Amino acid sequence: MKFERYGIGIAKGMTVTIKHLFRPSTVSQYPEQRLNTSRRIRGNELIWSEEKCTGCGTCAKTCPQGAIEIVTSTNLVENKYRVEKYEVDTGYCIQCALCVEACPFQALFLSYQYECATYRRDELIQGKEAMLETPERPVSGYFYPERAAKLPKQTLLIEKVVEKR
Amino acid sequence: MALKTEPFVLNIGPVHPSTHGVFRMRATMDGEVVLDIEPVFGYLHRGIEKLAEQRTYGGFIPLTDRLDYIASMSNNFAYVTAVEKLAGIKVPERAEYLRVIMAELQRIAAFLIAVGAFLNDCGAFFTPFIYMFREREKIVDLFEMVSGQRLTYNYMRVGGVSQDIPDEFLPALRKFLDKMPGYIDEYDRLLMQNEILLARSKGIGILTREKAINCSISGPVLRASGVEWDIRKADPYSIYDRFEFDIPTGTVGDCYDRYRVRIAEMRQSLRILEQAVAQLPSGPIRSDVPHLVRPPVGEAYTHIEAPKGELGFYLVSDNSIAPYRCHIRPPSLINLTALREMVRGWKIADAIVIFGSIDITVGEIDR
Amino acid sequence: MAIIDFVINSRVPMQALPPDWPGGFWWHWLFFTVVIIGFVLTMVMGFIYIERRGMGYMQSRLGPNRTGPFGLLQPVADALKVLLKENIVPTTADKLVHWLAPIVAFAPALMIFAVIPFQDKALLADLNIGILYIVAISSVSTVGVFMAGWGSSSKYSLLGAMRNVAAVVSYEIPLVLAVVGVVMIAGSMSLNQIVLAQNIPFILLQPLGCLLFFVAGCAEINRSPFDLMEADSEIVAGFHTEYSGMKFAMFYLVEYAEALAISAIITTLFLGGWRGPLLPPILWFVLKVVIVFFVMVWTRTTLPRVRIDQLMALAWKFLLPLALINLVITAIQVLIWPTALPWILVPVNFAIMVVLILIWSKFFKLGLGRIEV
Repeated sequence: MKFERYGIGIAKGMTVTIKHLFRPSTVSQYPEQRLNTSRRIRGNELIWSEEKCTGCGTCAKTCPQGAIEIVTSTNLVENKYRVEKYEVDTGYCIQCALCVEACPFQALFLSYQYECATYRRDELIQGKEAMLETPERPVSGYFYPERAAKLPKQTLLIEKVVEKR
Repeated sequence: MALKTEPFVLNIGPVHPSTHGVFRMRATMDGEVVLDIEPVFGYLHRGIEKLAEQRTYGGFIPLTDRLDYIASMSNNFAYVTAVEKLAGIKVPERAEYLRVIMAELQRIAAFLIAVGAFLNDCGAFFTPFIYMFREREKIVDLFEMVSGQRLTYNYMRVGGVSQDIPDEFLPALRKFLDKMPGYIDEYDRLLMQNEILLARSKGIGILTREKAINCSISGPVLRASGVEWDIRKADPYSIYDRFEFDIPTGTVGDCYDRYRVRIAEMRQSLRILEQAVAQLPSGPIRSDVPHLVRPPVGEAYTHIEAPKGELGFYLVSDNSIAPYRCHIRPPSLINLTALREMVRGWKIADAIVIFGSIDITVGEIDR
Repeated sequence: MAIIDFVINSRVPMQALPPDWPGGFWWHWLFFTVVIIGFVLTMVMGFIYIERRGMGYMQSRLGPNRTGPFGLLQPVADALKVLLKENIVPTTADKLVHWLAPIVAFAPALMIFAVIPFQDKALLADLNIGILYIVAISSVSTVGVFMAGWGSSSKYSLLGAMRNVAAVVSYEIPLVLAVVGVVMIAGSMSLNQIVLAQNIPFILLQPLGCLLFFVAGCAEINRSPFDLMEADSEIVAGFHTEYSGMKFAMFYLVEYAEALAISAIITTLFLGGWRGPLLPPILWFVLKVVIVFFVMVWTRTTLPRVRIDQLMALAWKFLLPLALINLVITAIQVLIWPTALPWILVPVNFAIMVVLILIWSKFFKLGLGRIEV
């Protein structure tokens, strides 16, 4: 006897949905309730260390989008490049973090922030000053495990599951 | 006196709730019956193949994420294997295992969307879709943990993977592997035996074995037609010859078979994951590869079993830092060629269900 | 509630005949018109809230919870938003038909409530042909829907409207036949009399009839799994694809007002209407209506959609024969045991229902629906 057409399947499905009515929902209320993101989150901004940067331009060459613009001048006294202009257009940036991985002097990081919406396109362009590490602009642990260790632990949905199935 | 009737043309899409992106089907209809259907695509064309020629071998990896954007890891995997074959690069053991773990997790995540969207096309008002997204979120959490992003992972690199997994990854994965079979059972309880779903999908849109092979269909759509063909078994790449798993096949090749094959594939992926986690060795995760890979002159084609089917990358090198030519064999596009055969004569509601059961991503079709 | 009680009990018990009403016919008419419109609008808002929150929880999310306490003001916010939106009329539309359609669809949905008793004798018109009136009026909405589909001059709209007309024409028959059983038991077509006759709820005496009525009613008002007139994954939104602003709000209102009407009719015919212990009658009525509506929400959350030919097959091959058999069985029961021992009939009728459905399922075959081209 095949139980295919007596409404058994429909009844089974109905029990599943009605069970969910009494289960806690899995969603979180975003602006009030923020889950911790990954420690390696590739945030929306680049963070740049002026001291470590030598102006080699590897980041700009690696960038698949060509979003990084770097202009250097030669500093003959100290015998190294001086970074005149360092700009990243985060509107073009696809947050692939290839520049972070490519930087030979560990001068480039991604930020831990992900809410960087602006009203104007030109506000998306980050200049030199807007790229320095500050308390408001924390650094993500992407590619730098020692920095990742200091960040809060990621909230995992799998650990929030309470009910049995 | 017979009433004079004439067919009319209905444009399904490009903006339509169930075309899975900006895809358009120009259907010639006789009332509710679809007489002919013509897929029109190109709305999402970004010229990714051409863009590859202007980027370095490593710099193209983030763009492969944008092909089949719900299965980025598989795209990365296919591309880096192509570059490695071209340049003759060996990949460390641990990196291979990490790649397999990510690819199998990605298969589950992509099938969850495929099945959810299919059931949603059948008219189950978002319930299976949301349940399946809930589980996809758990996988995406794991991906976010290793790669830092939730959609465009950009995790694999030529010669390995970008970073090692963090310490909390394996416990979380363990927990997921323990829970996931229960969730799959729940999906089965929800709709597997549902009489309406059976009426809507059994015997609908049959793709025969011969026709599937002739259209060079691949992936779950081919397996649902009864062909036991899985590139992981037929032409084992990476380390897939070390794992034990079955190839689930359908019998008839209708929409229901495609749905069941995808659910069965999820269970097989879980099996592979169990084995991969148990065997995961320690060691380096990336071999010594120069920053700008410069493969010798030649060409290479690799294909992997992506969630949608055979995803292939064909690369031609002229010994420079960028590919001379990159061609992508997207499974969605090839699978779509059988749509007309399957849809003709069915009603418009069936056309939507058949279309949903093929499971396409427009980002991959238009490239 | 208190006001209704006060008005009803103020001097003389309210009667259907106008002169007994304090103030006469026109006061009765005015009072109940206002009450019905207010009742329908508030209940529709409540329904929208119940549907969205209930579906939200069943889909393991929350549903609207930002506007007001527990999101209770969400329907108000929705209404405000939709009223302020631009009213777009397609250039090729048949303007007059396009304008008239929401009104034609909306009026009958309200008119149904004229004969539904909120409590004993509290109804606008105690027609002695109440059920006939409901059956006649409820199909008028279809005209509005078809006008919408035709007037929009959109293929999606036309397909949706055609489907709606086909479904309503088919499902009207099992719907009416399912009601006839109730009428035979109650011995009256007046809804107030039917409620008074329900010493035990008729769902126990007429389980099959109730099931058939629920299925056919769901199909008539485009509730899932028969919502293929506005199937969003197939034909975008069906007949109201081209509507926006106030006119769309009217269709939205119609959808829920019809759901309310079907819930109220099921409550009245099968669940004992306003009758119940302890609580005031109007509360019982509302409670039962909400429970019936919740079942509709529940099915909508769970079930996929049927196809148009399967919808027709279900009506003609499954519901109609069962409704006829149910009618014959009910007639025999009414003839043989006119008054005696209804409680004995309850298990008998449930057994009959199960056996009938099992047997008829064997015969019921769906066609594949494919046409060679």
